[in-house]
Amino acid sequence: MLVLALDTATPTVVLGVVEIPSPAESGWYGLGLRAARSVPSGNRHAETLGARIPDVLDEGGIGMTDLSAIVAGLGPGPFTGLRVGVVTAAALGDALGVPAYGVCTHDAIAIMHKALAGSVPDGTIVPAQGFAVVTDARRKECYWADYDSSGIRISGPHVERPADVVARPNWRRHGLVIGDSTFSEALETEVVPAEPDPMGLVLAAGGLTAGELPGPIEPLYLRRPDARPPSARKLVTPR
Amino acid sequence: MADQLRGGPLVLGIETSCDETGVGIVAGHRLLADAVASSVDEHARFGGVVPEVASRAHLEAMVPTIHRACTEAGVTPSDVDAIAVTAGPGLTGALLVGVAAAKAYALALGKPLYGVNHLAAHVAVDILEHGPLPQPAVALLVSGGHSSLLRVDDITGSITSLGSTIDDAAGEAFDKVARVLGLPFPGGPHIDRLARAGSAEAIAFPRGLTGPRDAPYDFSFSGLKSAVARWVERLEHDGAPVPVADVAASFQEAVVDVLTAKAVRACRAAGIQHLILGGGVAANSRLRTLAESRAAANGLLLRVPRPGLCTDNGAMVAALGALLVNAAVPASPADLGADSSLPVTLVSVPA
Ligand SMILES: [Zn+2]
Repeated sequence: MLVLALDTATPTVVLGVVEIPSPAESGWYGLGLRAARSVPSGNRHAETLGARIPDVLDEGGIGMTDLSAIVAGLGPGPFTGLRVGVVTAAALGDALGVPAYGVCTHDAIAIMHKALAGSVPDGTIVPAQGFAVVTDARRKECYWADYDSSGIRISGPHVERPADVVARPNWRRHGLVIGDSTFSEALETEVVPAEPDPMGLVLAAGGLTAGELPGPIEPLYLRRPDARPPSARKLVTPR
Repeated sequence: MADQLRGGPLVLGIETSCDETGVGIVAGHRLLADAVASSVDEHARFGGVVPEVASRAHLEAMVPTIHRACTEAGVTPSDVDAIAVTAGPGLTGALLVGVAAAKAYALALGKPLYGVNHLAAHVAVDILEHGPLPQPAVALLVSGGHSSLLRVDDITGSITSLGSTIDDAAGEAFDKVARVLGLPFPGGPHIDRLARAGSAEAIAFPRGLTGPRDAPYDFSFSGLKSAVARWVERLEHDGAPVPVADVAASFQEAVVDVLTAKAVRACRAAGIQHLILGGGVAANSRLRTLAESRAAANGLLLRVPRPGLCTDNGAMVAALGALLVNAAVPASPADLGADSSLPVTLVSVPA
């Protein structure tokens, strides 16, 4: 079965066509990556995503109607860009009559990291240990989540200032941090670069291969909208 | 179904520029569905539209509203000839939800996509009620987000801006004055209702930008809003009761007086006989009445869509989309984005 996976939770728009063999094998090596794009997009997620979907389908040698499911990263991520991917997945699923699954973007990064780490013959990248995933939340904050040695999320995702993350007693209990490397300095540790990718997104969508119906496809906002009810009326007459 | 049988191209329109998630379906000049999900209640306690709240509501409402419109029209998205979506002007984050959704439907179903101008759509919607647009025409568009005077020579490609507000939109002034009077958001309907019991001549509030050297077709409502606040505060300071109905009526009169006077002046100066009203404030009863009498006195033909079509909706976007398809205007490109200040000269975003 052919799946379109996409993520707009980070400044990089990620999308690709992934083939899941039938019957599904466990692990990433069973998956076939037909085509993928990873496009630095700044604030142009909508422009990029719409224009690249036909590209990956073409390169994957398939048409829209060959897709059996959509998988989208639900963030956390800066809202405007994040919503572009989520609404695109929901609308594609609706238009094509196929299920659209949402996954935590950090889970997608984590699961692929575990998969790849396991594949490195000498095990230089990752010993059997847990790790944290960090992405940019803007406004001088970061999103982060903690994973155990098998890549299962044990805490988060949170949104916090790096100084507050570092001050947590159990921060970096595993030593390894992956994700947005621009946070290395603020987090006082080397953040090993890692981004979401189509195979990670599909692997994180456990319900997809298990044949379960998708849950609601809603962004992981973590923050409330920035708005406060107005205080008492402001007078215009000088007193 | 052939175009001739159903009366024109079948177009689905999506509107998310502010706080209404609108999905409309038209067949040429015929309205088949007009589904709107509004987040206005969620903004009320903030006293104005909060962009992030609006954007979240758009995302939640998008697919369900498409379903409602399709059910109402008795069609499926795969039946349509084209998809149109508001590409601007409006709130960027809100616009992008609609643009991304429209693009996804267009891509999935292999339909042409038109990113259209919200202001042009406010004008185009009148075809659904009154048939083909008379052209050239002058259009006065007033809402909480915009106040514009346009010259429309060709709704599918030639619109010029004659003037617009230099500070607050007219609807924004209604909201702010409502707040001064202790009325809930949105203020327009409350002021309209209260004003009926008051006197429009009770208080001489200023008419902004109406001096001989002022821009003839621009608007300014910020000074008026402050004048109303100062007037009310003076009474409050003196411990005198505030004649709320008179304030509402006199304020409302100051707004609609300027709006209609400038619209009529624009028609006369250009020798244009047709005046079209649109936007949420066009639902104001006093604006409609005064526009009618001034149009009649000046030999102008006035067209005002019914209130439900004046406020933001998807039908207006679909109506403009149908006109663009009929005029064989090329569709928008796959990298269509949103432009919060899309100029009205761009009726649709070109490839
Ligand atoms: Zn509007």
